[in-house]
Amino acid sequence: MFEFLFEYRGFIVGTIFIALIATVIWAILYGRNLIRTEKSDAVFGNPERALGGWHWVMTGVSAILIVWIYFSWDAARAFNPKAANELCQVGKLSSAINPIRSTFPLDDGFLKGTSLLVRENKQLNELADQVERLGFSDAEKSQAKETIDLMRKAIIGMTSPEYLDSATDAKFKEIVSRIDGLTAKLADQNYPGDPTAEQIAAAEKNPRWGDSGNEIPAAPASPRGYKFDAAAKEMKTITSDFSKIRNNNSNFLAQVEKLKGQIASLDTLVKASPGTDELLIANRADFVKGLTRVLRRVDDGNIFPPDALNNIQNALVKLDNEQKSQQGGLRYYDILMMPGGEIRAGSSSCSEQGSGRWLPKPSDTLRTFARISNPEIGYKGYPLLWYKMKPFGEMVDFIIPDFIASLVPGDYPRHDTNGIVTPNFKSKVRDFATGNFESFKVPMPSGHVWDSLLRVLAGLFFGIILGVPLGLFMGLSRFSKGFFDPLIELYRPVPPLAWAPLILTIFGIGDDGKIFLLFMVAFAIMVISARTGATGTHLSKIHAAHSLGATNRQILRKVILPNSLPEILTGIRIAIGVCWGTLVAAEMLAGTTGIGFVENVARKQSDYEIIWTTIIILGLLGLLFDLMMRWVIDKFIPWRGKG
Amino acid sequence: MSDLVAKDLSMVFDVDTGGQVHALNNVNFTLKSGELLSVLGPSGCGKTTLLNIIAGFNHPTGGAVYLGDEEIKGPGVNRGMVFQQGALFEWLTVSENVDFGLRMKGTDPKKSKKMVDEWLDIVGLAGFGDIPTYQLSGGMQQRIALARCLINDPDLILMDEPLGALDALTREKMQSLVLKIWKETGKTIMIITHSVEEALLLGERLFVMAPRPGRLHKEYNLPFAERGVTEDTRDIKNSEEFIETREEILTMIWDMEEEIMGQV
Ligand SMILES: Nc1ncnc2c1ncn2[C@@H]1O[C@H](COP(=O)(O)OP(=O)(O)OP(=O)(O)O)[C@@H](O)[C@H]1O
Ligand SMILES: [Mg+2]
Repeated sequence: MFEFLFEYRGFIVGTIFIALIATVIWAILYGRNLIRTEKSDAVFGNPERALGGWHWVMTGVSAILIVWIYFSWDAARAFNPKAANELCQVGKLSSAINPIRSTFPLDDGFLKGTSLLVRENKQLNELADQVERLGFSDAEKSQAKETIDLMRKAIIGMTSPEYLDSATDAKFKEIVSRIDGLTAKLADQNYPGDPTAEQIAAAEKNPRWGDSGNEIPAAPASPRGYKFDAAAKEMKTITSDFSKIRNNNSNFLAQVEKLKGQIASLDTLVKASPGTDELLIANRADFVKGLTRVLRRVDDGNIFPPDALNNIQNALVKLDNEQKSQQGGLRYYDILMMPGGEIRAGSSSCSEQGSGRWLPKPSDTLRTFARISNPEIGYKGYPLLWYKMKPFGEMVDFIIPDFIASLVPGDYPRHDTNGIVTPNFKSKVRDFATGNFESFKVPMPSGHVWDSLLRVLAGLFFGIILGVPLGLFMGLSRFSKGFFDPLIELYRPVPPLAWAPLILTIFGIGDDGKIFLLFMVAFAIMVISARTGATGTHLSKIHAAHSLGATNRQILRKVILPNSLPEILTGIRIAIGVCWGTLVAAEMLAGTTGIGFVENVARKQSDYEIIWTTIIILGLLGLLFDLMMRWVIDKFIPWRGKG
Repeated sequence: MSDLVAKDLSMVFDVDTGGQVHALNNVNFTLKSGELLSVLGPSGCGKTTLLNIIAGFNHPTGGAVYLGDEEIKGPGVNRGMVFQQGALFEWLTVSENVDFGLRMKGTDPKKSKKMVDEWLDIVGLAGFGDIPTYQLSGGMQQRIALARCLINDPDLILMDEPLGALDALTREKMQSLVLKIWKETGKTIMIITHSVEEALLLGERLFVMAPRPGRLHKEYNLPFAERGVTEDTRDIKNSEEFIETREEILTMIWDMEEEIMGQV
């Protein structure tokens, strides 16, 4: 039913975005105007100054929406939906360049060779330190030291330019020329020529940005896209060739061979006289393993003389500048409209990274909301909030406790020799109490939201009907205060969630445990607020009631209870809030329905849109409850604070 | 009817700091049925304590109070109380407040409705029945408190600074109202006040109390209340006799306060 909204979401979001900005501007002007024309503003500190101000409400709401729409790239998508596709191609190129790029100190770092060198030398120093502590014999010690020294020499052998062989140098030169060639092609207007038929077909099959989750259409679909796509492909081959280049000068190779022999002989030497200390044996083995590992890395030949790669670096910088200028306006659109995050190309698709991922677009979230609100889809095969025809018997089962059947005297009927069971009165009562009878069907609400709601309301209900009387009596009687105070004060300070594992274990993951947990939460709050209300009753009111002939009971019901009503209602308001919090967390711990459950499943799947949807549902429900309580408070205790 | 008799009344409070306060010490008096008594005294001399004991909210540590033949042991409907302020039930409307006592007794609603209307008329609030009490002014609230107390038809009416929080004009009107009610119903009334003028005007008898220990210091029999029923209260207040008595009592209380200050 919301399909057309989705179809035109770009236009809609764009319009809304502009309208929101207009609203903010209007409200600020209006507010300024108001201040200027207001004849007598109350003095500072007068609460009247905070009255009214609905235009600031609009500004606040608009500001939130603007930030959300902008920061989640919804605006970017609305105004230029093709940008993401092009940026995806740009992303492909940069992910193709990245392996080479990361070799150089271009993005604020060391030259890769430098950091390798530093790391290997550090390892060697550590190994050298260990030599003395491994209980080696003198022969073993000298062998180990010699090996380490050799290894240092081998590394130096790689860094000195005189040993760099001409074949490797030629390979570097080839890479430079290929990169320069690519740079020239990028600058060329006609590169890569007309798209092929397959490319055009693929471009036409592109989904739209956001049609399937976070996915960004990957196939190039514009001249700029084709160019970057082709460049990326070419760059990939350059990169792969570059990564195969090794520092294979003959001097170095000979040293490595020698080292291999050294380590092998050290290994046999060490193994020949192992000693008895198991720890020491393990440490010695580790030492040899450490040497081997360093050798293997050095053997990779990734360390080159310091200036050998300068030309490649320069070529890369040129390429980078060229691709930036080829991006043209796209680059500025990216910087301006897609803050906090970037588009990255993976092996088969492009995705939004950064805040674009965890802050879904309002329009997508709304669509997800609309979709899972649809009772036929729901979430995990259960609607959010809908109704279900349920047999009346189920309600009877819920309301009437099953044990009343056991109270009926007599035994349950037994089957006779023909295998027939004749029901008697007792079994009929049991059937009734368990709802096991033919009955008409009535519509009952059902769904995740309803389940959560029901749990909160049930917990609150029991908390109120048990907590308020107890609280009142605790405010009035020394016995109840003294007797129940330790009980309540001992369990109340424990965070409700700390009780959850225990209670969920005892009651199971169904409704009972959660309702009991919420009952505990609501109960403590209600006891305390009713007690405060009762103790706060003005003594002269009690005296007045006494001399007007009221009995103790009447005073309790007609004076103390109404007098405590403000505190009690405030308590309920607080309890609702705390109950929601506890419930959602409890549902995350265990259960198969409820808003917390939905959010937890969505969390496991990193489905940010659903997570945000549940957050919004919770926020709206909380707001709804609070508005309701405010209305109740205004309606039922208008005298509050005026006694 | 029944007289109010206080015999050797004493009240000693244990204070948190460890000492004792003799709020009342050997107070003896008899108040005949239908008399109008006002009680004056410096702050802290035990006036409220005395009233609370008579109302039955507190038990004296020594002696006893009798109303008729019965010793007072707790609060009862035969003694109505009007407080300085704040004792109305703000969650009820005016008429619900006024008929509170009747409802507690389970009086037929029709009958009590009639009585409420009558009493609202007497205190000058006819037609205000359905208004929530918290919307009324202080003077109106005190009149409702009066009506609420009187509708129960108590033998003895106790008032603890009932007009203390009112402005001068309202106060004068309320004084006339009290006098009028006293005359018309013939109730025994005991009224505590801080205003000497009010005490003189509203007291057929007047007790001046002294502090530490709280006791009856001096007693007067005054003609002004009786005159006030018929004459204009303003004229009475300007009469020479009134002014003389007022000055005498003022000096007395002034001296007592000086003494207290001196002690501290
Ligand atoms: N509950 C109590 N505990 C301890 N001391 C008390 C208590 N009630 C009253 N007192 C003391 O008893 C004395 C008399 O108090 P009371 O309230 O009767 O004075 P009062 O004459 O009504 O004064 P005011 O004119 O200020 O109302 C005071 O010193 C007071 O501190
Ligand atoms: Mg007092």
